[in-house]
Amino acid sequence: MPFNLLVLVCLAYVAFLFAVAFAGERRASSGKRRFLRAPIVYTLSLSIYCTAWTFYGAVGYAARSGLEFLTIYMGPTLVFVGWWWILRKLVRIGRQQRVTSIADLISSRYGKSNTLGVLVTLIAVLAATPYIALQLQSVTLSFGVFASETPENWALPNRDATVFWVAAGLALFTIVFGTRNLDAKEQHHGIVIAIAVEAVVKLVALLAVGIFVVWGLGGGAMAMIDRIENIANPAWEMRPSRWAGLIFLSAAAVISLPRMFQVMVVENIDEGDLARASWAFPLYLFLMNIFILPIAVVGMDLMPKGANPDMLVLTLPLSQGQGGLAMLAFLGGFSSATSMVIVETIALATMVSNHIVMPLWLRLRPATALSGDLRVGILLSRRLSIMAVLALGVGYFRLSGGSNALAAIGLIAFAGMAQVLPALLGGIFWRGGTKLGAGLGMSIGVVIWAYTLFLPSFGEGAALSAQVFREGLFGWHWLRPQALFGTEGMDPLIHALFWSFCLNTAAYALGSMLSFPDPVERVQGASFVNAFDNEQQAERLGWSQGQAEPEALLNMAQRILGDEAALSFFEAETAGQGKAGYLPDLTPAFLAALERRFAGSVGAATAHAMISQLFGRATVTVEDLMAVANETAQIMEYSARLESQQSELSRTARQLRDVNEKLTQISAQKDAFLSQISHELRTPMTSIRAFSEILTEGDLPAQRVADYGQIIHTEAQRLTRLLDDLLDISVLENGAVQLTLGTANLSDMIERALASASQTRPERRFEIRRDVAQEAIFLRTDSDRLVQVFINLISNARKYCDAAEPVLRIAVRQKGGRIMIDFIDNGAGIPKPAQALIFEKFARLSDESRAGGAGLGLAICREIMANLGGTVAYLPGQKGAAFRVSLPLRFDPGLAINLPA
Amino acid sequence: MLRPRAPLFLARSVYRRRRLRDAARMLPLLGVFLLLIPLLWGTPDGKGAGAMVVYVFAIWAMLIGLAAYLAPGLARPESDAETRIDPVLPKPEGEDAV
Repeated sequence: MPFNLLVLVCLAYVAFLFAVAFAGERRASSGKRRFLRAPIVYTLSLSIYCTAWTFYGAVGYAARSGLEFLTIYMGPTLVFVGWWWILRKLVRIGRQQRVTSIADLISSRYGKSNTLGVLVTLIAVLAATPYIALQLQSVTLSFGVFASETPENWALPNRDATVFWVAAGLALFTIVFGTRNLDAKEQHHGIVIAIAVEAVVKLVALLAVGIFVVWGLGGGAMAMIDRIENIANPAWEMRPSRWAGLIFLSAAAVISLPRMFQVMVVENIDEGDLARASWAFPLYLFLMNIFILPIAVVGMDLMPKGANPDMLVLTLPLSQGQGGLAMLAFLGGFSSATSMVIVETIALATMVSNHIVMPLWLRLRPATALSGDLRVGILLSRRLSIMAVLALGVGYFRLSGGSNALAAIGLIAFAGMAQVLPALLGGIFWRGGTKLGAGLGMSIGVVIWAYTLFLPSFGEGAALSAQVFREGLFGWHWLRPQALFGTEGMDPLIHALFWSFCLNTAAYALGSMLSFPDPVERVQGASFVNAFDNEQQAERLGWSQGQAEPEALLNMAQRILGDEAALSFFEAETAGQGKAGYLPDLTPAFLAALERRFAGSVGAATAHAMISQLFGRATVTVEDLMAVANETAQIMEYSARLESQQSELSRTARQLRDVNEKLTQISAQKDAFLSQISHELRTPMTSIRAFSEILTEGDLPAQRVADYGQIIHTEAQRLTRLLDDLLDISVLENGAVQLTLGTANLSDMIERALASASQTRPERRFEIRRDVAQEAIFLRTDSDRLVQVFINLISNARKYCDAAEPVLRIAVRQKGGRIMIDFIDNGAGIPKPAQALIFEKFARLSDESRAGGAGLGLAICREIMANLGGTVAYLPGQKGAAFRVSLPLRFDPGLAINLPA
Repeated sequence: MLRPRAPLFLARSVYRRRRLRDAARMLPLLGVFLLLIPLLWGTPDGKGAGAMVVYVFAIWAMLIGLAAYLAPGLARPESDAETRIDPVLPKPEGEDAV
């Protein structure tokens, strides 16, 4: 088997994988996902559980310890067969929360705590780096096997150079297909399809070798079983603690290994695939393992004593001259190693980039978070993380010298990563789990794992001194790394597993019970633990399995956009897809357009939440809700502003209307005033003119002349009085009146007013009721003006009171520095509509003849009272006309100016 | 969180589906039990590995078979009429739907 042919085949195979991955990406991006969605692809991609450690190492493990190697596959079998317990929930939560890695799951379950994300990432890197080194080692070893077999006597190629080129090739592949684009769901269709192909290759290779060994060399199945039955190897003895412990460990690992989580949860496209994988993946494991023991047994018999049992899958066919078979086996081993490294690197790089690099970068350069060129930054950090993870693996490989120590690293890595399990399971089944508990549990678990298993695995005197091994840390006997608390009888691996898990779980439970979760943590806890609760709601709303029917969408769109708009939008989209009718296919493009359309109506966050709720079962996260709440708050604030603006506008409009009405009234009043005044002036003028004309004709008896002169005089007086009143009121209205303030007795003033008013209709007998004791008050005011008001009111009462026995009651009351004088008669009073008018100029209720005045009296009263800092108002509800004069006891003109006229 | 109260008795089909899920939950426990039984056999000097290999692989195959038998029923959408009795449905014959 020429070595350069091997290299050529290997390169061709790599090129083929590139082509497959590329085709997968192409199909995925063009929407032709039927092939990618085939359930078999999901199951095959899960096969990265079987790494080179399985492909080569399982035979070596079987050769060394017998049946025990099967425990590594029993655990995953039980977990998958029991998918209804854990995996179903994990996958559902992964889809709902758009989980991108196991670190992301833990961090978002415990209130989006990045501290926990960093912790899980560190554990994963710590546990996975040796494992990646192990894969690289297996590839170099298998190259070495071929190189040493070459008849052309090829020198063994430089080991470090081989590792470097393999790692560089893997980095290239991972970067090209792992960071092609930034998918929110972190799904990598190209890589998944390539891994599925590799899974087939490794299964076919192992089966081919197995069939060759059993039927070609071993003489059939029954003969093989007999051969196994008769082996007497003390190392093959069953150790119950290891048997049970390793089943548990592998079960824990299959849930918590980053690469398993990546293909199982993150790359999951359809939850139904999990149901099929629940038996198909165990079947794959079954087939992978069915020939392991025969290969080991036959290999031990046929190969020389010193042969490396880990390489039997390759060396056995080679030794039998089966070059082609060996080549196939080599490709199988190569596939196992590369697929594991690729997926593990992607998973780790996602974690490192999301939980360590990006937060650091954003903290150092907060401005970039706003500027929006984040995509480039994320992709760059992703690529750098991939290279860093691979570089770590290569570095570890070089440091450890490719020794056999690496072979033992598989279980150690399992045990390290499994420390995440209590926090993970607690997170999805127990709402009481808190950030503190999870952090505490994982930290303690990892420290114990490192102290009792990881560091001792380098051998005595390497990481831990021989003294620590013998006497314990700080010389404390009960802290010996392989006999914690004096448990000496246990197998080291089981010992480490037992203590790390017990203390991890205890710390998690205790920490959780003693701490109190913050609100985000509680919301997340509830949504993780009750991941299946919204199933029924979805059912009620008319879609199932996360697949919205176009009709349901149309219904919703009609509610949001309106009937016509929604229908025409759907029709246009349908036409755009080359179909007729109103129901388009639910392509991503259509959904994106719909979301944009919704965003215009309900806001981007709400639209996104709605669409993603309808599809992919993605639950709305707390951040989404907060964004929705923000949008809603903004809309509400906006509408509140609109509302207040509107009410302000209508208030202004009302004020304007009032003002307009008042202006119209005033204009009408002015017209009325002018016509009134001309009327008032004209009447006496007419009679004066008439009588003076008669007088100028002469030839009249003296008596007549005297009478006419008297009439002219009276009318002129009346005219003068009218003009006086007008002058008075205009002076009062302009506030230009001269007040003569002085102190006067209210009783005297009323007395004076009564005396003056008795001139009005002196023929009427008028009863006046007064309370003289109350009237004994001294006021500081303009007494003449006030008496004028009183006279006016009293003579009004005398004039207009229509009672048969008219009574006028004058009541005086004092209240808080003001005095109120009520003039109440027992007449019919003033009808309500007129009450607003009586204080207007020329307002006269009854006919003119009775009035005998110009109708300016009350208007003047009002102006006087305003000038005196008081008011005069009609007092309704007194069984008669009632006026209340109210004025301050001590009038201060400085204040009066401020009072409305 | 208030949830609608689940009815006490279920329709036959829903009842069967519930029991199917119980079986799915039981399966890994059964697997653990059966896989731990070889521990009681004891293998002095590692002898008798052949019988054990046959046993383990037989259990393995059985688990795969049972899982394959249960999977289609479990994969169906879980919630249709899950907690409701269909009023049109005739009375469950035979056993009581408890």
